[in-house]
Amino acid sequence: MELWYSEHHSEYVRLSLKVKEQLYSKTSNFQHIAILDTEEFGRALTLDGCLMVTEKDEFIYHDMIVHVPMASNLNIKRVLVIGAGDGGTIRELTRYPGIECIDMVEIDEMVVEACREYLQQTACKLDDPRVHIYYEDGLKFVRRQVNEYDLILVDSTDPFGPGEGLFTKEFYGNCYNALTDQGILVNQHESTYYASYVDAMKRAHQRIKETFPIALVYQAHIPTYPSGHWLFGYASKHYDPIRDLDEAAWNALGIKTKYYNTKLHVGCFALPNYVKEQLNEYV
Amino acid sequence: MNYTQHNSPIHEALLKHKKNRVVPFDVPGHKGGRGTPELTEFLGIDCLKVDVNSMKPLDNLIHPVSVIKAAEELAAEAFGADAAFFMVNGTTAAVQAMIMSTCKAGDEIIMPRNVHRSSINALVVCGAIPVYVNPGVNHQLGIPLGMSVEDIKKAIIEHPKAKAILVNNPTYYGICSNLKELVTLAHAYNIKVLVDEAHGAHFYFGEGLPMSAMAAGADMSAVSMHKTGGSLTQSSFLICKNDIDPGYVRQIINLTQTTSGSYLLMSSLDLARKNMVLNGKEIVAKTLELAEYARNEINKTGGYYAFSKELINGDTVYDFDRTKLSVHTGEIGLAGVEVYDLLRDEYDIQIEFGDIGNILAVITAGDRAFEIERLVSALSEIKRIYSKDKVGMLNHEYIDPDVALTPQKAFYSDKKSVLLKDGIGHIAGEFVMCYPPGIPILAPGERITKDIIDYIIYAKEKGSSLTGPQDMKVEHINIVDF
Repeated sequence: MELWYSEHHSEYVRLSLKVKEQLYSKTSNFQHIAILDTEEFGRALTLDGCLMVTEKDEFIYHDMIVHVPMASNLNIKRVLVIGAGDGGTIRELTRYPGIECIDMVEIDEMVVEACREYLQQTACKLDDPRVHIYYEDGLKFVRRQVNEYDLILVDSTDPFGPGEGLFTKEFYGNCYNALTDQGILVNQHESTYYASYVDAMKRAHQRIKETFPIALVYQAHIPTYPSGHWLFGYASKHYDPIRDLDEAAWNALGIKTKYYNTKLHVGCFALPNYVKEQLNEYV
Repeated sequence: MNYTQHNSPIHEALLKHKKNRVVPFDVPGHKGGRGTPELTEFLGIDCLKVDVNSMKPLDNLIHPVSVIKAAEELAAEAFGADAAFFMVNGTTAAVQAMIMSTCKAGDEIIMPRNVHRSSINALVVCGAIPVYVNPGVNHQLGIPLGMSVEDIKKAIIEHPKAKAILVNNPTYYGICSNLKELVTLAHAYNIKVLVDEAHGAHFYFGEGLPMSAMAAGADMSAVSMHKTGGSLTQSSFLICKNDIDPGYVRQIINLTQTTSGSYLLMSSLDLARKNMVLNGKEIVAKTLELAEYARNEINKTGGYYAFSKELINGDTVYDFDRTKLSVHTGEIGLAGVEVYDLLRDEYDIQIEFGDIGNILAVITAGDRAFEIERLVSALSEIKRIYSKDKVGMLNHEYIDPDVALTPQKAFYSDKKSVLLKDGIGHIAGEFVMCYPPGIPILAPGERITKDIIDYIIYAKEKGSSLTGPQDMKVEHINIVDF
């Protein structure tokens, strides 16, 4: 018997992974959660059928969402992470001894429970004493914070579904308010290759640009995400990711990474022309 | 056939009709959608297939004898009424049918001035004379309140031959009058009580809500099932009890209502009634929970005031509908309509309306928690980014109208168009109102004062959408030309 998991990347394009075994399948109050053991990519987490992380390529996403802002300001002490139920973003953050506090806000406790049991590769640092997990709506949590965080990472699902509120102007404004005057906001920013998410992405970028003085986009190559080409949003009140990068100081921290390095840090902000054109279009 | 509240006779008849694959050589000409493929793709084939005309198995709205009759009887039972009518031309038609069923030309009808335009339109059509009662006003919030029992008593003593009293219950903002007492009082003088219950369809189905018109013993009520009851836009119920003659009401309705009643609208009323009877308690409980949560969160934000039951004063605010999320915005220096526009233009959030001092968001069981979070967060952002000093905010007072002519006489008089400010001192020949909420600032037959013109200009400047006048730009106004 052959068992294949398929994700639709567009109406006419699918990515299929051969599955050894389904380890977990439950429906929470928010979404359907599954963990599959696949032949090529190891264990994989899916939410409502969409692939979130695999053991084989999660390092790319987690390196890029964490190390780019961390290297742009080496004095980050207080971090808020929204989403990130698999724990991979937290794992990378805990590698910085300078961080004093990591608040994680995940709407769906069952995702965390499932990952603790079946996805230790990413969930392994959720018990770090600096980590505090809050199970609530990210938009609601951040609304109540003022001048509290040096960095906010939005490690969310797509803009349709439980993560919808995390792509709105009110959310970006609330984040601005929750950040210190040196604060940085990084969010997963979808991809612009297939048409179905382009408008949502452009609108989100426009909303961030209206809110923050510095609003840029950077890229990474993630094999299991639609088109393999993924974008992140970098918004900041003060630190420019290239001007304020101190390569020597970050390298002196001795953090060993599989994808990120300080040369790539500079390069990832150079975008293909078709993406630049899409980002410059007013919605 | 014996129907119960678990049935939906019109809906069931449509299902059967679809199954029978009847060949249509009647209207509508789209013939199950085949004639207009783009429309069919847009609305869905299932929808077009039941967009059909009256025929024997589906009954006829102008003279119901089978499934529509059964559905109307179930609706009457659900609302605790003696009779119910399916209305397919909005609650406007229901309000007009109430007035025209009880008043003829020259008859007096007692009503608060803050009625919906549909009520005064009915007076234009039938020639009844309004006796306006000043609704109470909450000066802090700038909103009209309910009817005071004392004021009604005074109006009745001064106009003992009045045929009916029309009450808005609840108001758009959720404020209720002492209906039971008003009914007792009116009935003692043989005056009918008509209730514009456009915003209170849910009162009949949930717990912890104000008293409904039928429970209070009112004679007729116009219930917007499409607003808070879940049916399609434009569908509504007219319900009545006591000694109202349903046959006469049907004749009045048929004066103006279409003879091609939409089965989409009628089946939506049928299914919405069934849903509210079977699940209304839960639906209302969920709505209340969401509204209370939003109210608390908005009040914690500071600056805004999301008001509720604390307004109750035993008279002009006899009760409050807590499913309404009405928020006073004046303290952050923004007019309600400004907040309304910001929510839509900057945050992609559409609320029901914004007036000078307040906004209203309609909350129903169709809302989800994260959407409530978006609304609350957007309001907190609007306060952070746009709030300013209160200076220059017009405090809207109730403007007591001077009714110089009946609405009918004024509307059909010779008129001339003058600049707004040149209208002062003359008699208005047309309506001016902000829509929503659609409560006239000026109605035909009323004398125009400087206060009224100032208010119209202010509302225009704040970006309210003004409607009513023949001049679409509302720079001119038609006055009665003697």
